[in-house]
Amino acid sequence: MSAMSGSSASPTRAGPRRAAPAGPAAIEVSHLTKVFGSRTAVADVSFSVARGEVFGFLGPNGAGKTTTVRILGTLIAPTSGSAVVAGIPLGPARAAEIRQNISIMPEAPGLYRRLTVTENLEFFARLYGLPRRAERITEALAAVGLNDRAQDLAGSLSKGLRQRAALARTLLNDPAVMFLDEPTSGLDPVAAHDVHGLIGALRDRGVTIFLTTHRLDEAERLCDRVAIMNTSLRTIGRPDELRQELFSRSLAVTTAAPLARPDQVFAGLPAVQGWQTADQSADQSADRSAERSGGSAGSRPAGYVLTVSDPAQAAPAVTRALVAAGADVLSIAESRHSLEDVYLQLIDDTEGRTR
Amino acid sequence: MSMSAARIGAVIRKELAEFRRNRFILATAAILPIVFLVSPTVSILAIKASAVSTVLEKRVETSLFLPLLIPVFVPALLSAYAVVGEREQGTLEPVLTTPVSAVEFLVGKAAAIFMPAVGISYLMFGVFVAITQFAARSAVATAVLHAPQLPAELVFIPLLAGWSIWVGLAISARATDTRVSQQLGTLASLPPVAVAALFSFQVISPTFAVAAALAAGLLVVDGLACFAVARVFDRERLITGTKPTSGTGQPRYRSRGAS
Repeated sequence: MSAMSGSSASPTRAGPRRAAPAGPAAIEVSHLTKVFGSRTAVADVSFSVARGEVFGFLGPNGAGKTTTVRILGTLIAPTSGSAVVAGIPLGPARAAEIRQNISIMPEAPGLYRRLTVTENLEFFARLYGLPRRAERITEALAAVGLNDRAQDLAGSLSKGLRQRAALARTLLNDPAVMFLDEPTSGLDPVAAHDVHGLIGALRDRGVTIFLTTHRLDEAERLCDRVAIMNTSLRTIGRPDELRQELFSRSLAVTTAAPLARPDQVFAGLPAVQGWQTADQSADQSADRSAERSGGSAGSRPAGYVLTVSDPAQAAPAVTRALVAAGADVLSIAESRHSLEDVYLQLIDDTEGRTR
Repeated sequence: MSMSAARIGAVIRKELAEFRRNRFILATAAILPIVFLVSPTVSILAIKASAVSTVLEKRVETSLFLPLLIPVFVPALLSAYAVVGEREQGTLEPVLTTPVSAVEFLVGKAAAIFMPAVGISYLMFGVFVAITQFAARSAVATAVLHAPQLPAELVFIPLLAGWSIWVGLAISARATDTRVSQQLGTLASLPPVAVAALFSFQVISPTFAVAAALAAGLLVVDGLACFAVARVFDRERLITGTKPTSGTGQPRYRSRGAS
């Protein structure tokens, strides 16, 4: 706990993304399925999360994310499949042991509104049987920047502050694995930034974080790997790996005027696999821009998207070819797809198939 | 994992702190006992000196019966709120993610309701008897103090409270709405009151043997009720609101002491 206490005063930025650490898994899920009546909430899901990894769990509403977290948190039993959490096999016999070693922050803060923030944390510290309760509570509150509201009734706090108090509660037992369901929901940008810093600090201490979020920018910034779920697991991997899997790599080239013979310019260049002009809407936008600046549509900038196998190899060759063809090059840049593009592509695929 | 006194203590401490700040609970814990104290007190003090012994006897029976409703209705209302109330305010899920077991949670809840309910009941009984001794006519005071059902009723106060609490908790663990839970909990508390009424009105002669047998029976029921209620305390149903799918071959998290 002490290592994170500094994050409130000067929240550390989430560190650079690391590869999933090697070693024993903190969470190992095998063919997990959960059926409620006639509805399948989770279907044959398997994945593993390494110790000290920040693992993003993404998916639309009703995708089975919360159900998966509840299964791994021993709140509900799976219909079939198995899992190991914090090194302990999932099941009623060792459920309390798992709960002692993990913490879960549900989407709703779940604070006792008639108790003060400190009384709320004191209650949970006692349930965990923690020694040095006062010290731990102070550290947890400091970590989320809530020490000055410690004696306030939880019911008097704003939604964002309640969310922070709930986050402090999950820090109390120094868990090996933390399940955070939308931890920045309702937080202002500064508070969200602080929470990101806290997650980074926890990761640096080796805490495994299982992060459920709808904020794809947050997942992209914080997570070593992400899984995209829609009842079944759609994909899993590092965000940049997923981008590469789903989208071909490309270079966006803009010239001051359309090329007379683009086929000849781009053909045969190393690492260039194909090309096309930029889309129509971009052309129209460029037309308007050219007209506003007094130019004509004929002299408008032209855009080309080149499919490449290796942007680092292709870019110099493309530049040389354009210069050799007498083109005025305005820009050459690698097109980057966001995690949101990956997410939308996968979820659209799934929904398209089910329609 | 064995049952932890510290975790039970944590639940008791939290419950009592919440009770102190909940106006509904404070009102329930204050108004009902006052009603069940004032009504028999007025009835007893209003007995005229010329009243015949049968009238006196009937008034004493009624007056000694009414305070018995305090350990029935107060815990029934509080326990009916205990689980479903937590569920409604979203605090149940975080609690169930801690190592606290169903039995520890329920025993803590029950103890936190039992202590004030029984304390208030004895206090009201004591106040009633004291008033009669100081303010009622001497014949009435003697009749109250030497009523054969008085010692039995003092034994039945904690036993009736125990019954109300466990029945209320069982209903609260299954109900989806606080009001429904409180109505059902109050109704389900009435059967032992009927037995107590038979005692008070001397339909059943309150001999020591009969009272002891009934008290022992109620004590056994109260003792076992904890484990029976833990059986219906189903984490999955409480969290998801849906009935768990049966026949899956997977063990469920419900009534085991450690889970």
